[in-house]
Amino acid sequence: MSPSAAPHLVRDADVLVLGGGPAGAWAAIAAAEAGAVVVLADKGYCGTSGSAASGGNNLWYVPPDLALREDAMARREAIAGGLTERRWMARVLDETYRQINRLAGWGYPFPVDDAGVERRSSLQGPEYMRRMRRRVHRSGVLILDHHPALELLADADGAVAGAAGIRRQQGGGRWEARARAVVLATGGCAFLSGAFGLNVDTGDGHLMAAELGAELSGMEFSNAYALSPAYGSHTKGLMMQFASYYDEDGDRLDVGDMTAARRPIARMLADGRQVFARLDKAPPGLREAMRQAQPNYFLPLDKAGIDPFAQSYPVRLVFEGTVRGTGGLRVTGDDCATTVPGLYAAGDVATRELITGSVSGGGSHNGAWAVSSGTWAGAAAAAFAARQRRADRPRAAGRAGLRPYGPAGGGPDAAEVVGAVQEEILPLGRNYFRSSEGLRRSLGALDGLWTSVAAHLTGEGREALRARQAAAMVAHGRWMYRAALAREESRGMHQRVDRPAADPRLAHRVRVGGLDEIWTAAEETREVTA
Amino acid sequence: MIEVVSGERCVGCDRCVQVCPTNVFDSGPGGVPVIARRHDCQTCFMCEAYCPVDALFVAPSPQPVEAGSPLRDEAHLVASGLLGAYRREIGWGRGRTPGALLAVGPDLPGPSGPASGSSRPAASGSPSRPVSEKEHR
Repeated sequence: MSPSAAPHLVRDADVLVLGGGPAGAWAAIAAAEAGAVVVLADKGYCGTSGSAASGGNNLWYVPPDLALREDAMARREAIAGGLTERRWMARVLDETYRQINRLAGWGYPFPVDDAGVERRSSLQGPEYMRRMRRRVHRSGVLILDHHPALELLADADGAVAGAAGIRRQQGGGRWEARARAVVLATGGCAFLSGAFGLNVDTGDGHLMAAELGAELSGMEFSNAYALSPAYGSHTKGLMMQFASYYDEDGDRLDVGDMTAARRPIARMLADGRQVFARLDKAPPGLREAMRQAQPNYFLPLDKAGIDPFAQSYPVRLVFEGTVRGTGGLRVTGDDCATTVPGLYAAGDVATRELITGSVSGGGSHNGAWAVSSGTWAGAAAAAFAARQRRADRPRAAGRAGLRPYGPAGGGPDAAEVVGAVQEEILPLGRNYFRSSEGLRRSLGALDGLWTSVAAHLTGEGREALRARQAAAMVAHGRWMYRAALAREESRGMHQRVDRPAADPRLAHRVRVGGLDEIWTAAEETREVTA
Repeated sequence: MIEVVSGERCVGCDRCVQVCPTNVFDSGPGGVPVIARRHDCQTCFMCEAYCPVDALFVAPSPQPVEAGSPLRDEAHLVASGLLGAYRREIGWGRGRTPGALLAVGPDLPGPSGPASGSSRPAASGSPSRPVSEKEHR
């Protein structure tokens, strides 16, 4: 994009929502219900974009029964590593229960069990997001598909004032939406690893927010990997509870249950060994039901001609970054505000430490977080917009990958930058098995890339998105590894081979921020939960 | 990765162009969409789900299959029932029951298990060993 070009599409709104996955959809609905004029822009298509649409997820959906809720929170706290806050867990459980019951009222076909009870604790992705799109549309929200945002707009006081990007199905022309408040729901970052449905998640929103000074938190909890068949990309872990694992010689691996198995499998794969899985623990009587419950686990195997109950198939660990990790933009209050006035964060772009701590929220907690944080952020953005004056001449805030400060070209191009970032971020040996030495080495490479990207990288038309995504991934990698260096211990998914134990003095969250210069700082948890 | 766009089946609705989250297709001159940015395909099968006439096939591999692969052979895909399988499985299309409605079992332990959702007892034969919540998606 040539940033000075006149926009080809200009819209005014009270609330602009960036991202059309579950969090963005819930935010748009909440903002519209609060009376705001809402525009939702998605990089792809609201209904198929985002980690939920292609797969689906269980939900942290617990009926309002004191004992059940207490148990749900206690079980999470037992593994979360002490970074959760019970008040947040309780309100997420409340809000998710309320909103999912509304989804049922809107016609989502929840299954009914043998006892005649509707089961609302799991969502099929395509159906869920098709319904959510319909509801967003019927709420009067203007949906802009294939309108990736590249940058935020800001007013003279530093409050967010909208966003701008490209219309990638209209020749890459520019769009701009002026708004009094913005909800970022752009997802986490999986670094184009090819994980199931996650290539839309490149951390664009984190970069845009950081350019206005937003802070992040929990970025060390960013190394989620999921098991997938080696030839494929579908990472649905649910069925793996029925798996046994084998080595190259067909000998069964004694790796323990599903959680314990992850680390020895990662070690073998990192060392260049092969690991095979077979779902031979699934009782024959259950297999048809398993297929019905998760068709998109079995379909790719069917297509590849593999019967996973009878045949072993090679597996790999696919990187899912901060999509299934927990780190993201720091929220400063119950309304999911960020540290930037008028800017709210919902779903995977925000830190999920408050409800899932240092371990992955998987689909269940992250799915509930999307529903809840989306609802809160949307309503709060509408309220903020009602108080906020329209900015007269907002400034476009995008820098690295969009408006380089030096001459365009002269450094690596977008594809080369992505390749170089992936080399530091994707390998198990670097990111799953972390060490001070390895992190420093990778940071050296990433810092060098950032310098080049900030000075030279940009793209025209549709290529502007690729350049911006590349810049976003470099920034993301640097926050991740700086936070990982600051946490000189092992906790949750963040495992340091040089610091294998947890340090009780580090039972706090780690904030991180900055672009050219990255800083980290401790944040005391307000509640001690472990 | 997207392997087949059947010119014979395609009705030129451009739904795939619209719904592909990574913008792989362009409208084609004769009405049949073209695969314009194949390497952006993320193998998410969403185009298959939305195609009203099962004209698309996405192979499970994130890389292109080899030239002679049966997964590029439309006749094979039809004969084996693979063409349109995803749409059939999720129950989209006239006269079908939404797959979401059938996704009851097995009662998997974990966050949606004993502490949530339903009073239904675990299906017989399902393992009693609880599963880490980390694994759920």
